[in-house]
Amino acid sequence: MTVESTAARTPRRSAGSKAGTTGTKRTTRTPAKKDAKSNEPQLVQLLTPEGKRVKNAEYDKYVAGITPDELRGLYRDMVLTRRFDAEATSLQRQGELGLWASLLGQEAAQIGSGRATREDDYVFPTYREHGVAWCRGVDPANLLGMFRGVNNGGWDPNSNNFQLYTIVIGSQTLHATGYAMGVAKDGADSAVIAYFGDGASSQGDVAESFTFSAVYNAPVVFFCQNNQWAISEPTEKQSRVPIYQRAQGFGFPGVRVDGNDVLGVLAVTRWALERARGGEGPTLVEAFTYRMGAHTTSDDPTRYRGDEERQAWEAKDPILRLRRYLEASNHADEGFFAELEAESEALGKRVREAVRAMPDPDHFAIFENAYADGHALVDEERAQFAAYQASFADEGGN
Amino acid sequence: MADKMALAKAINESLRRALESDPKVLIMGEDVGKLGGVFRVTDGLQKDFGESRVIDTPLAESGIVGTAIGLALRGYRPVVEIQFDGFVFPAYDQIVTQLAKMHARSLGKVKLPVVVRIPYGGGIGAVEHHSESPEALFAHVAGLKIVSPSNASDAYWMMQQAIQSDDPVIFFEPKRRYWDKGEVNAEAIPGPLHKARVVREGTDLTLAAYGPMVKLCQEVADAAAEEGKNLEVLDLRSVSPIDFDSIQASVEKTRRLVVVHEAPVFFGSGAEIAARITERSFYHLEAPVLRVGGYHAPYPPARLEEEYLPNLDRVLDAVDRSLAY
Repeated sequence: MTVESTAARTPRRSAGSKAGTTGTKRTTRTPAKKDAKSNEPQLVQLLTPEGKRVKNAEYDKYVAGITPDELRGLYRDMVLTRRFDAEATSLQRQGELGLWASLLGQEAAQIGSGRATREDDYVFPTYREHGVAWCRGVDPANLLGMFRGVNNGGWDPNSNNFQLYTIVIGSQTLHATGYAMGVAKDGADSAVIAYFGDGASSQGDVAESFTFSAVYNAPVVFFCQNNQWAISEPTEKQSRVPIYQRAQGFGFPGVRVDGNDVLGVLAVTRWALERARGGEGPTLVEAFTYRMGAHTTSDDPTRYRGDEERQAWEAKDPILRLRRYLEASNHADEGFFAELEAESEALGKRVREAVRAMPDPDHFAIFENAYADGHALVDEERAQFAAYQASFADEGGN
Repeated sequence: MADKMALAKAINESLRRALESDPKVLIMGEDVGKLGGVFRVTDGLQKDFGESRVIDTPLAESGIVGTAIGLALRGYRPVVEIQFDGFVFPAYDQIVTQLAKMHARSLGKVKLPVVVRIPYGGGIGAVEHHSESPEALFAHVAGLKIVSPSNASDAYWMMQQAIQSDDPVIFFEPKRRYWDKGEVNAEAIPGPLHKARVVREGTDLTLAAYGPMVKLCQEVADAAAEEGKNLEVLDLRSVSPIDFDSIQASVEKTRRLVVVHEAPVFFGSGAEIAARITERSFYHLEAPVLRVGGYHAPYPPARLEEEYLPNLDRVLDAVDRSLAY
């Protein structure tokens, strides 16, 4: 049983398995061994790390009709996203970007969920949802403007129903909830999906978004990518219970899915989105995955985690497992993979060139869009700034 | 046709008109529905417009503002109530990092026409967190507009304009003036939202105030008139932007300026006005710009608030000090 509902039979003891390691005294009622087991991922998985398709009575139907072409499409999405991500990391190292937040390792969580959304659905991302952005049709190059420092968000959210990246942790879950409340008021059957991470699960805004969405039965899916690390803090610093179980206390279901299994994520997210469309309210999906890289290019994970953990997750790689499945099922041949490799390189090149060609913004962009209807002080300061700049132009004549 | 009504009722009528004229307008907040708000500002609105448009929310201010942002993204125009000034801080993050900045972040693609109503200020003998004046904490943030009416007519019209604004507006309601009655002409053509108004012409000194302190300043001017001093009173109405042009025009006539607000003087709006007017009108000033406001101490218990708040004598004292230069 993976879906936790308010009617779940046996409440789990919440004392975390790491209680012993953090110095908390164990009680006899919460033996460490049992807790350690309860903290193990009890996840929905349709594709094993070895690429074997496993049956799942509850979720199989959500991917039952999937065609080889669609499977290749998911594979292509993941490969191109990873390639784009690697290019961005390189661009940061070359000084073309100030910062990059890599999604390496989370491709299945993002592509599976992103491909589950419908065109009229609305996505509220964090700042790491490059794969979801890809699925929504946002030009990857546009994602890089804010990391280059030429803007704070370089795309029109309403063109692809993909909100701007939100840097303040968890804030967007409330925006998603409000948007979903609006969808319900409009009588539309669109759904809303809010992305956040294991660290954000501690934020009050996330708890409040759970409360509001439950009270108003808002058509929103809370998609938590538990990548195990909030910069340097492991998940047990955020929660004593598996994150998906939090939904139960708010009165809606939560489910944990193997976040490195694109098929599993696709199925579970489709289920959750259908619940939203059907008027059944919010759902929490916890995609259990791993941040293979650093938090951002400014981070140094060697200070807080060992390489063994990374190696263990490497064996669960989302792209590799789908490739194994495609090959074993004869759904893709060498030609497909070779073509994709070439497409990858072309994408990298295009993004690289687009970033290098991005001009610095005009100086007066500082003042633009501070307000929609204008503001007297902004006008005054813009004029002062212009006069100041013009004073250099005079000197330039010498 | 002008009706006489209390300031709170004027806001109620203004909200009603907005709900009637625009189906996208929503009212949200704690106790705003069935109860009609703790000050009854939203009295009767849920009954007439339904629970879908006049929404009793969970007790979570960040959630109220955060979901209002989401509703605005969907095309709604939420008017949210924060029950008391001192309760706005859980929402401060959403207001500062999201509400104020999303228009700029989106390069103008996203507009957030959200009004945040905050009953503010002291003078009602309340417990802690119910009497504060945090307007400067919001005025410091680009992307927000801050207004505060002083009378029923302005309350009515400024609320109409705030709801029509495509920028987020923090609407500070002078709670101690909620029951003050004034003429409201619902067919008038209002002036610009962010323009100050001379409420009393004078020649000797300018008193600049907004919200609850305008009435006090008018009383000060009456008292000063008995002593032969002819004070001008300016109702600023807007704290962001501040209508410096009107202050400047007044000061260049009277050559003296005293700014009055309930908020602490330190880093208050009076400080900004003093600095800007000094820059603009240095050679016109006969005295430094003086400020009367709260002290740099937590808002005191109710039995001490009369000592903390600007009152007739404290403002007159500042007038005397200014005229002594």
